[in-house]
Amino acid sequence: MLQAYVPVLLFILIAIGFAVVTLLLAGFVRPGKYGKVKLEPYECGIEPLTDARDRYSIRYYLVAMLFVIFDVETVFMFPWAVIMDRLLVFGLVEMLIFLFILIVGYFYAWRKGALEWA
Amino acid sequence: MASGRLTKAAHGAAREGAARGDGAPPATEPGSGAEPRLNMIDIVIIPLLKIVIVFVAVLFGVAYLVLLERKVQAWVQVRLGPMRVGPHGVLQPIADALKLFVKEDITPARADKWVYTLAPMISLVPALIVFAVIPFGGTAHLFGKTVPLFVADVNVGLLYIVSVASIGVYGLILAGYASNSKYPLLSSLRASAQLISYEVAVTMTLVSLILMAGTLSMVGIVEAQRQAGLWYVFAQPLAFFIFLAGGLAETNRAPFDLPEAEQELVGGFHTEYSGMRFAFFFLAEYANMIVVSSVATTLFFGGWLAPFPNVHALAFLGLVPGWIWFLLKVFCFLYLFLWIRATLPRYRYDQLMRLGWKVLIPLAIANVIVTGAVKVLL
Repeated sequence: MLQAYVPVLLFILIAIGFAVVTLLLAGFVRPGKYGKVKLEPYECGIEPLTDARDRYSIRYYLVAMLFVIFDVETVFMFPWAVIMDRLLVFGLVEMLIFLFILIVGYFYAWRKGALEWA
Repeated sequence: MASGRLTKAAHGAAREGAARGDGAPPATEPGSGAEPRLNMIDIVIIPLLKIVIVFVAVLFGVAYLVLLERKVQAWVQVRLGPMRVGPHGVLQPIADALKLFVKEDITPARADKWVYTLAPMISLVPALIVFAVIPFGGTAHLFGKTVPLFVADVNVGLLYIVSVASIGVYGLILAGYASNSKYPLLSSLRASAQLISYEVAVTMTLVSLILMAGTLSMVGIVEAQRQAGLWYVFAQPLAFFIFLAGGLAETNRAPFDLPEAEQELVGGFHTEYSGMRFAFFFLAEYANMIVVSSVATTLFFGGWLAPFPNVHALAFLGLVPGWIWFLLKVFCFLYLFLWIRATLPRYRYDQLMRLGWKVLIPLAIANVIVTGAVKVLL
């Protein structure tokens, strides 16, 4: 069965090759007259005073955590969905229990305000 | 010119394969590995040709999608759009590509040099390699050989698409981080938060589709729709709606184009980028639109299947090759994307997150439960 992946691998290699070769070729063609001012980061014409890597809103972190939880749960559901034909009632009940735990967590997050942005 | 060379090469490969097939009949057992040269042609050379064709087609598709977008936007606003380069601006994409190719490419002094170069590649490569598992058609008879019109039929095709597509997020966030500039950083944080929020809903929705099809193979999903005699958009309208909204959000398209909100964030996560590296982000965005359209076509609109197979008066529709149906459906989706962009205003960020987390995800979970229950009980 692994034979089916050979074209996929080839495709990946070609895509990476395309990206690298295009960048290299463009490197030969393009002009390069750099100056100190040109290499400054853009900030609407104002000279940047501080590093850009400042503190940012904690909410992004929260979203990332929730994503990890939900996405891993979803990945568990993929194989279940494929063999649902054979599992039938057993599979359904099992997945309902699984989803119930997920939904409880979801409502907990909702009540705690993790899903609020403002 | 290039296509002529390709056809000749394809011809040569097919003839060679046929000749070898005649010459060594006992060793054609699949998986025996007794005749590696025959496998070489089947496994490497024919896919390689298909990959090159798909690759070139995607790049041209992307280039002309940009032109189409500019034209559609212009027509909606009663303008003409690009008209200067060639008749009605048909050569505009080529001019743009050349321009981007020879533009000065600036790496800001404070940026992380390597990550800054790597980020556009991480963005572009996943957008392209998804096409490895998209079935453009059933099979075609070329030069006396039956050739399937897809690069690979992997039995975890849908999982491959979902996982590869999510690698693209790294491109965005690394671009913003490596630029070491405030606007790109803010924008890339926004973009990645938006992408992963909607990814949860979209992935969850796909589960209800897998329940219907019972397979993860993209070809298998189309075949399941053929056997059911029903495009899944009619069986799963809610899933389609969630997929469409999520698809718009994941490609950063209007009305979810907050990461590129020019009015507040300058240019978005690629503010500092110029030249070819900027072009990569551009390519990736439009290639992603084609990806979402292709996946939507395959999952919900029967891929390469002709419409109305049960109506005898419309049986002539089946004479049109499958890949034309596929391209037609993809085109309709792309047009819908452009139309939506021209019509709808942008969401506010808190509205966007609320829609993703509080509306789409519960709907997706409910849809999965109902689909599973219906499947078991009926």
